[in-house]
Amino acid sequence: MSVSWFRGKDRRALASIGRICAVYIAFFSSSLGHAADNRLVLTGSSTVAPLAAEIGKRFEEQNPSIRVDVQSGGSSRGVADARSGLADLGMASRAPNADETDLQFFTIARDGVGIIVNTNNLVRSLTDEQIVAIYTGKITDWSKAGGAAGRITVVNKAEGRSTLELFLHYFKLKGGDVKAHVIIGENQQAIKTVAGNPGAIGYVSIGSAEYEADHGAHIRLLPMSGVAASVENVRSGSFPLARPLNLISKGEPGAVARRFVDFARSRGVHDIVASQFFVPVAP
Amino acid sequence: MTLSHRSSSSRSRRDTRLVAAVATAALGSSAIFVLIVGFLLKESWPALSTIGPARFLFDPAWRPTEGLFGLAPMLSASLAASVGAVILATPLGVASAIFCRHYAPPPIGWIHRWSMALLSGVPSVVIGLWGLTAIVPLIGRFEPPGASLLAGILILTVMITPTIALTSGAALDSLPDAYGRGAVALGLSREATLAHVLLPAARGGVVAGILLAAARALGETMAIVMVSGNVVQAPLSLFDPVRMLTANIALEMAYASGSHRASLFVSGLMLTALVIALAAAAWRLSGDRCHG
Repeated sequence: MSVSWFRGKDRRALASIGRICAVYIAFFSSSLGHAADNRLVLTGSSTVAPLAAEIGKRFEEQNPSIRVDVQSGGSSRGVADARSGLADLGMASRAPNADETDLQFFTIARDGVGIIVNTNNLVRSLTDEQIVAIYTGKITDWSKAGGAAGRITVVNKAEGRSTLELFLHYFKLKGGDVKAHVIIGENQQAIKTVAGNPGAIGYVSIGSAEYEADHGAHIRLLPMSGVAASVENVRSGSFPLARPLNLISKGEPGAVARRFVDFARSRGVHDIVASQFFVPVAP
Repeated sequence: MTLSHRSSSSRSRRDTRLVAAVATAALGSSAIFVLIVGFLLKESWPALSTIGPARFLFDPAWRPTEGLFGLAPMLSASLAASVGAVILATPLGVASAIFCRHYAPPPIGWIHRWSMALLSGVPSVVIGLWGLTAIVPLIGRFEPPGASLLAGILILTVMITPTIALTSGAALDSLPDAYGRGAVALGLSREATLAHVLLPAARGGVVAGILLAAARALGETMAIVMVSGNVVQAPLSLFDPVRMLTANIALEMAYASGSHRASLFVSGLMLTALVIALAAAAWRLSGDRCHG
């Protein structure tokens, strides 16, 4: 690179480059401004995000002028962003809390949370009381829960994850009660941790667990209260530890958001919902 | 456009412009750092002013939603893992640099040097995934749950050994040939030359490399989240699952708000201070006035 950039002739060339740049900038900023009107931002639950992203792709195909932007970050973020207006629609993998009456929830699918153990574990089922005892550290060896002797590794989710909320809520536990040995973030990390440890127990979305188990991961889903943990039983509503996947808006959603919500609840996306091992809600 | 434009006065003007451009770029890149520290201070200020720095060190537990903000277990876990990794990686890295320069036949030394350079570029999430599926189950077979301080130390060792090997190698390379030749002329053996002439002469560079590697270990996040278990407790045994400061930020930042969020920024500030201290020490030891 030479220093001759700034000689007279080049300076003129530079000026014309500058003018071209200015034209480009004006062009792109106007097209950006245009795009902003037709941009739909969704943020929230990492469980809903992949589903919303796929639905968004199909929505974009049918509405070429609209861009759907999906960002994950947990249900709490979905609620906060919908409330603050940072997102057009929030995503939450749980039912509304009592203090969320200012928000509208639209259920687009259902998901079940299942208890998983390693395939080498002899235990075939656990009662709710046994699960609570294991997670609170009162049972620390599988021999006390109907399995072969071996130390139990309790896998828990990090604070703020909706799977953790649902789990604690169902078993009437508080966050501080759980005596965890491993704390993880994403479902995949829980599945990998349990698959690699014969004494581990964890809980994850049934959809992802069923998919991984069918594809050779060393995990087994345990039944709850005698009901098998399967996508089928979540659909029928008989599986107790289940949750709705919601889109959230503050008040009435805008025109584009409304169309997206209706689309996400229509039969036209059942194949997408099913392909992600969730359960459609529309008739 | 005439010849006069190429006169020496014009050249010095061009020099001035170049100096201005280079200085602007340099100041810009250091301004980014200042802005980051300023941002950390601004975001953590609510917590520092209302909760107070002492409570972050002396609170008995980390339950930010219930008003307990003890970062000490995570700080000690971060330090324990980094120190452990440095203890393991230093002999490995220095030995590999010595092997490369002084013992390996050229083709093998070349291959080894390249594999170190490549290893230093493997993304941490890939190393973490390998740790989660290979190292953790292996440790778990002897001492469940496997996800532990030890797993974290081993993963960090894999990540920082190349750094130490490459910086030590560069430090050895930069020594004047006369040192080695002089030692040979004095009749010193190869071992004595290394131990008493070359390594002491390269000490500054080697130690600077170790400190930079320690800073990298302290700041590592993704791989550590995957292998170290993330339970908030003081590391009393190598097999205890622990949560490091970086992992805490990664796991909770997305869900945190209010004083919880601000206290996560405090832990970020704490990490940055540690890393700055290490980098400053490395800079002093290496004796290089720019880009130690």
